[in-house]
Amino acid sequence: MYVAVKGGEKAIENAHKLLAEERRGDVSIAELDVKQIQHQLKLAVSRVMTEGSCYDEELAALAIKQASGDLVEAIFLLRAYRTTLTRFFTTEPIKTETMQLCRRISATYKDLPGGQVLGPTYDYTLRLLDFKLAAEGGETAEVDVANNHNLESMPRVVDVLNHEGLIEPAEPSAVPEEATDLTREPLKLPANRPTRLQNLARADEGFLLALGYSTQRGYANSHPFAGEIRIGWVSVSVVPQELGFEIEIGEIEVTECEMINQFQGSKVVPPQFTRGYGLTFGHSERKAMAMALVDRALRCDELGEERIAPAQDEEFVLAHSDNVEASGFVQHLKLPHYVDFQSELEMIRKLRDKRNLSGEENSDG
Amino acid sequence: MMASQNSETETPVTNSKIQKRQHWLSVLAKSPLEPIEKVWAEYSGFVHYELIRPPEIGLAMVRARTGGTGSSFNLGEITVTRAAANVQDTTGFGFIRGRNKRQAELMAVFDALLQREGTAEELMRKLIHPLDRALKTAADERSAKAAATKVEFFTMVRGEAD
Repeated sequence: MYVAVKGGEKAIENAHKLLAEERRGDVSIAELDVKQIQHQLKLAVSRVMTEGSCYDEELAALAIKQASGDLVEAIFLLRAYRTTLTRFFTTEPIKTETMQLCRRISATYKDLPGGQVLGPTYDYTLRLLDFKLAAEGGETAEVDVANNHNLESMPRVVDVLNHEGLIEPAEPSAVPEEATDLTREPLKLPANRPTRLQNLARADEGFLLALGYSTQRGYANSHPFAGEIRIGWVSVSVVPQELGFEIEIGEIEVTECEMINQFQGSKVVPPQFTRGYGLTFGHSERKAMAMALVDRALRCDELGEERIAPAQDEEFVLAHSDNVEASGFVQHLKLPHYVDFQSELEMIRKLRDKRNLSGEENSDG
Repeated sequence: MMASQNSETETPVTNSKIQKRQHWLSVLAKSPLEPIEKVWAEYSGFVHYELIRPPEIGLAMVRARTGGTGSSFNLGEITVTRAAANVQDTTGFGFIRGRNKRQAELMAVFDALLQREGTAEELMRKLIHPLDRALKTAADERSAKAAATKVEFFTMVRGEAD
């Protein structure tokens, strides 16, 4: 427990000034503007929007600037901002199969209809520092679009190539699963899959990455394959009460990952491939993949698998996935705990006195 | 959830009216502000409108589906701006993703004008069709760039050549 203290206003004010000075850095160097961050640090913006759970590139960029590049702090800022706004709508579910693709790959089917489209990826880059980027005014090479053809919207790989029915279908469950909105209701356990997916979508990338990695290393035997990863733009539709019909209000970029995992079968289900799902705002491939791995691991009860690993433990995963909560609780340790600590000091002293006393008694005996 | 609201009045005529309106609202929402502002400059001198809902910024919760086609879940929110305007007795609405009060306001005014016989045809020609073409061109460019990264796989077969 911490207690309220008084004083320190002047010090706090000066600390804020010093922070602003540090953020600005050397004034002989041009100041970063929000547009530069928005357009040139796109992957950072994507992460802040995804975990901040609010898609707005400009606000995410501003948050990154304000937080001096500390993305978890930026996520906190964005979350705080969204609480000042009223919610007008809940959108119709986005149709990711109609996505205008920038990237689409499958590690399970070589000759998939529509083909493998690499898009802007770091996958085949050499991880060597590129000193050309350090030189100012570098021009980028133009993409060769000489073949001049467009990509049609492509059906989901798993749906197209599942003729034999060896992969479980993704259908709305027979008993409608009401998704709890975690921005309005507290997390209740056990949580259904839609509720878990909202939690995972907001979850810290590093936390999910580590958990996903643990499932690959044998903590929950999931044998994953990247069935399909796609990045692209989807339309967002709402049905405003005033109109009574559906309208599109814009587009958002999303990353989708469909993992396919081995499943031995159970008493009622024959052996088949099962699926884990990851979806994020913007271009966030690592997060989407990790999310899909963890989503699949958390389905252990539904699939009748033994719960043996941390990634399968719903309470552990869902309660610790949020980096705003986690950061707040870890960092609250910096607040004054003087009284607490005083009382513990007293206790330790007493315990030691007791032990010394009983020690003397023992030596006597 | 609102789909049944129109069921009583749904006829082929109202349906095609709704489709047309859905189209221009979508185009106005997805386009940049600048060209909309340019066309507005031609009308601002003589079109009078009354804002019945001044532009306001809020949120929409984006839903998605598990596995793309399963149960719906809450992915996260987007910022949105809405506005409503009357041009004489016609009400127009602006609903856009993002925070752009000016665009939501102009969208509401144009939505009203596009519903009115006197201005509809001209505005489709001057505003909606060019914006629609620009959106398609931008989408094609994006698509062509992605298409340039499409992989052609060759299966290596030993001792054969073609």
